[in-house]
Amino acid sequence: MIDLIVLPLIKIVFVLTGVLITVMYLVLLERKVQAWVQARLGPMRVGPHGVLQPVADVLKLFIKEDVTPVRVDKWVFTLAPIIVLVPALIAFAVIPFGPEVSLFGRPVPLYITDLNVGLLYIVSVAAIGVYGIILGGWSSNSKYPLLGSLRSSAQLISYELAVTLTFVSVILASGSLSMVQIVEAQRANGVWFAFVQPIALFIYGVGALAETNRNPFDLPEAESELVAGFHTEYSGMRFALFFLAEYTNMIVVSAVATTLFFGGWMRPFPNVEALAVLGVVPGWIWFTLKTFTLLYVFLWIRATLPRYRYDQLMRLGWKWLIPLAIANIVATAAVKVVLGS
Amino acid sequence: MERDPARPMFDTNELVINMGPQHPATHGVLRVVLKLDGEKVVDADVVIGYLHRGVEKLTENRDWTQIVLLTDRLDYVASAAANLAYVETVEKLMSIEVPRRARYVRTILAELQRLASHLVWLGSHAMDIGAITVFLYCLRERELILDLFEEFCGARLTYNSMRIGGLPQDVPSGWLPKVLRFCDVQAEKIEEYETLLTQNRIWLQRTRGIGVISGEAAAAVGLCGPSLRGSGVGRDVRKDEPYAAYAEIPFDVPVGTGGDTYDRYLVRLEEMRQSMRILRQAVEGLPEGPVMAKVPRLIKPPAGETYHANESPKGEIGFFIASDGKSTSPYRLRVRPPSFCNLQALPQLVRGHLVADVIAIIGTIDIVLGEVDR
Repeated sequence: MIDLIVLPLIKIVFVLTGVLITVMYLVLLERKVQAWVQARLGPMRVGPHGVLQPVADVLKLFIKEDVTPVRVDKWVFTLAPIIVLVPALIAFAVIPFGPEVSLFGRPVPLYITDLNVGLLYIVSVAAIGVYGIILGGWSSNSKYPLLGSLRSSAQLISYELAVTLTFVSVILASGSLSMVQIVEAQRANGVWFAFVQPIALFIYGVGALAETNRNPFDLPEAESELVAGFHTEYSGMRFALFFLAEYTNMIVVSAVATTLFFGGWMRPFPNVEALAVLGVVPGWIWFTLKTFTLLYVFLWIRATLPRYRYDQLMRLGWKWLIPLAIANIVATAAVKVVLGS
Repeated sequence: MERDPARPMFDTNELVINMGPQHPATHGVLRVVLKLDGEKVVDADVVIGYLHRGVEKLTENRDWTQIVLLTDRLDYVASAAANLAYVETVEKLMSIEVPRRARYVRTILAELQRLASHLVWLGSHAMDIGAITVFLYCLRERELILDLFEEFCGARLTYNSMRIGGLPQDVPSGWLPKVLRFCDVQAEKIEEYETLLTQNRIWLQRTRGIGVISGEAAAAVGLCGPSLRGSGVGRDVRKDEPYAAYAEIPFDVPVGTGGDTYDRYLVRLEEMRQSMRILRQAVEGLPEGPVMAKVPRLIKPPAGETYHANESPKGEIGFFIASDGKSTSPYRLRVRPPSFCNLQALPQLVRGHLVADVIAIIGTIDIVLGEVDR
């Protein structure tokens, strides 16, 4: 009873709260990092160094009027942001934050569940999010959102292909689809998959930027061209859901990258005894550190690069990344066969 | 609707969208009506007039000195350039000999203004293409220029910095070394922008081959300034019809080769370097003497008309003035605004490109709506 219902529920509450708080502070971090890069200070007014800015932002979004423009499809208009946010949140179900620990004499694994098809679950859940964007743009009954959602659906689908193909090469290397098994395979392997599969990591990185609509691939919401893209007509809490989803997705892709390529919760060099002192730091802290390092790279790129044009983005995806990912799979498989025999 | 018998299954409609007048990337209140085929621009129609204040008509009821501050309101990111063009036109009509020191200081102000204007251009152009950081870097350096102007004339945007016959006052003490120091800082910072953009693959892809216009076509449509020089036409009023102190200061006029957005970007960056070269020489060669010529207390030019043009940061800014010789206001004053002439090329430049390129092209012709509409 406890293992089946209570414990998972407690973990779900923990993970959801943790993720939402992280999202709030990720927004602050983004504004701060951008400000530092750009020789500014960033938010400074709410609390010391602006640490309470996220609270103010959330309060503001709650008390904003939530406008439903006339002649929109009301149901779809409301449903769209939910369809975007929910898949982003439930992807955390299979992400392992740490190894099994014992709490009050009871073994507690630091993940909600360990599906034997965890990676497949993430791919399929992530694919749902794009419907929200298409529906949101279409139901707004306005031209800019429509253009924005068309762009993003094309973009997300093509980059999802490339990203999913990189998963295949990781699966080949690890021999499992379970997120926990993949982390364990990296321990057995001796090095992170980032070194075994550098090409896959690169493609995953580019694809992840595109899938989360981040610079230099932030075309769906290219503000200088399409005003705000698919969420132009949204305001108040429904806008906030889109906003939450974008940042939650950033955390998801970073967490997945940490798990697949950077050894998940394990300390660096898990097999080197000389560095055993690093094991003092609990696994979930290593996991958080790695994830935030990757998130920082997101912010860094945003502050540095201009934006691709739509057709250039599609060309990059279809003509470079997807063939490269396929070649990588073939190479991985060949190496595996040669080494295995 | 009539169906094309050759393609009975598919109907495609042109989508008409309004870009502006309240749109984040149209640099003010410009409205562009785009006809789109998918994302491709079939035609563009520029609608202006949202910022019309009737400056030309207003001048007919102001006296000649008051008009200087109306010229501030034309190109509000480069008001000193318009000041200079206007006062020189009046001086030409009245045959006033401006003291040499005043001409040098005017050159310094005009070149500082060119740098400031180009910084605003680079920043907003880069931001339109998605590089937000460059925008903030550019405004950081522009702030230094504004500080210099503030020290000289007390204002940061609309300077009113010239007088008919010279300058309102001499430069404050210690101001010239600050200009030189600024040049040193700026020289380093230009390298910084170049690191972020010039060799950046995304920047190259977004600007190369975008908005191409040949030299002849550019001249025919009336493009001027850096936008014209990007197409390889070496027309620069500073060289061709020197005014202020430009005849005495050596500098190069950079020209592009391809006439695309990237060339215009390179031309403007090189112009910024040349501006610093002019600044350094002008500060070092600054002669002593008065900064104001002997002019009558009441400016009343003789009857007649004249046209005089300057090279503003945006291109050739000209003033045509007609005086009846009796009143203390112009009979007619007409501005030849570079932004207006450059904007005419927009439909021609964007045809066949994608929506995203429209933004890049509006950025590259460097318009200010205050000057387009007047």
